[in-house]
Amino acid sequence: MKILVPIKRVPDADTRIRVRADGSGIEDDGIKYAVNPFDAIALEEAIRIREARGGEVVVATIGGGECAEQLRNGLAMGADRAILVNTSDALDSLAIARILAALWKREQPAFVLMGKQAIDDDSNQAGQMLAALLGVGQATFVSKLELAEDNSTALCSRETDAGIERVRVKLPAVITADLRLNEPRYVSLPGIMKAKKKPLEEITPADLGVAAASRTHYLRYEAPPRRSAGVRVATVDELVDKLREAKVL
Amino acid sequence: MSKILVIAEHDAGQLKGGSLSAAGFAQQLAAATGGSFEILVVGHAVDSVAAVVRTSGAAAVLAADSAALERPLADRYAKVVADVARARGATMVAGASSTFSKDVLPRAAALLDAAMVSEVVGVRVEGGEPEFRRVMFAGNVIATVRVDGPVRVATVRAAAFAAPAQAAECPVERVAVDEAALPSFLEFVDREAKAAGRPDATEARIVVSGGRALKNSEDFERLVGGLADALGAAVGSSRALVDAGITPNSLQVGQTGKIVAPDLYIALGISGAIQHMAGMKDTKVIVAVNKDAEAPIFEVADYGLVADVYEAVPKLIEKLKS
Repeated sequence: MKILVPIKRVPDADTRIRVRADGSGIEDDGIKYAVNPFDAIALEEAIRIREARGGEVVVATIGGGECAEQLRNGLAMGADRAILVNTSDALDSLAIARILAALWKREQPAFVLMGKQAIDDDSNQAGQMLAALLGVGQATFVSKLELAEDNSTALCSRETDAGIERVRVKLPAVITADLRLNEPRYVSLPGIMKAKKKPLEEITPADLGVAAASRTHYLRYEAPPRRSAGVRVATVDELVDKLREAKVL
Repeated sequence: MSKILVIAEHDAGQLKGGSLSAAGFAQQLAAATGGSFEILVVGHAVDSVAAVVRTSGAAAVLAADSAALERPLADRYAKVVADVARARGATMVAGASSTFSKDVLPRAAALLDAAMVSEVVGVRVEGGEPEFRRVMFAGNVIATVRVDGPVRVATVRAAAFAAPAQAAECPVERVAVDEAALPSFLEFVDREAKAAGRPDATEARIVVSGGRALKNSEDFERLVGGLADALGAAVGSSRALVDAGITPNSLQVGQTGKIVAPDLYIALGISGAIQHMAGMKDTKVIVAVNKDAEAPIFEVADYGLVADVYEAVPKLIEKLKS
């Protein structure tokens, strides 16, 4: 069974994000990049499935040459091979989904596992769009994944606003990982050494027959209004008095 | 001129409040472009929900009512949304930023060949074209974006848009649902029973939230739950407690959990990680109780009390009850 895991290079979750003074973008000085945490969870799940049932885990990303670093990271975690779809264009989720759909057609995986959202743009769109373009099912925000014995369906626990919902989705499908699906393993030194020998293929969107252009244009960026610290109260009584004065109680 | 289709979200016959904010967004955009908006209710036995949204200033309420739509399965709902958007000539499809919309609307967007903008907190029209303000990077950046194409899709943050003023009742139109054409990739199995009695954190006026200071679920229930009940409030939790198994996933407030913006948010023993604050910093009044005077939560709190929650909260509950 082949599982395709698209991943994204994003600023590390602990990096402090600052907007450039001229509003043209994000200050990239001193930013450390990492695999999007939700994608790392998706990759971990794919590796565990392969460990249990055999097959192949293919990790892929779309972006510039610098993204090879995150693919090597995925290979070091345990993916079998990697594909970099090299483009310097800033692409929106629909354009990304188009490229992934073309990659799917080339790779013919049993299913796609990917993060529910990237922590940079927080869009939460690409997986659902990919499923629609392919005409397959989707299970989003998945915190537990159980494959049927014959690999024809997956029973997925989904984290929704109303609580955990369970759905059974026919495979092939796109499954997006939520935080509690698993805890990704740490990359080991032998893993890093092995990763160096694993295949990392570089192609372009044109090789996949896709001319995907972004229809979303980012005009400018700003920092949100800062909340200023309020007052310290000394006692519970004072707190209640203040809240009554502010008419929130 | 825009024609906006707002997707009304509901659960067990109850409209979700965020849907009215999405209608507020649509009304604002329609007014700025000389357009109009319609509200689509998808589901089974949705008459009561359709009736509630009739007075929201929409040109019409559309009801796609079918037994095949009883559960909000993304494959079916997205197809219905896309079909109705096409049939009505919608230039924009919008819904509240919720797990429901995030599941269904990107899928509908791809079916419509439409680009989508998530987490919208503002809109204005420049040269006839809408510009959307959207939140990204865990709430640390607000970007202004334009989206090309004849149709666009958006999810909007409920706190950023007020519900439309009450208007005269508009007509409710039934839209035909071709059940045979609906996909069947997904089968609903079950849903965890919801803790009864307390409101949902995304809908409540007051949210009481607990963090790492709470040592176990009994203490969480006694202190966080107890204070919430004294105030008629919803409960929330930091990620730390969810990870520790003390609170269920559905309570998590933050970048990857629920985004809330109540009138009052009471953070009990929460240190205030960036990812948590991304989920609550649009609250009107924030109260923090934490024994660590240096906790980052105090940097955003309107009222801060440096105290052990185990001592302060019982006093607070007692005082509110008296």
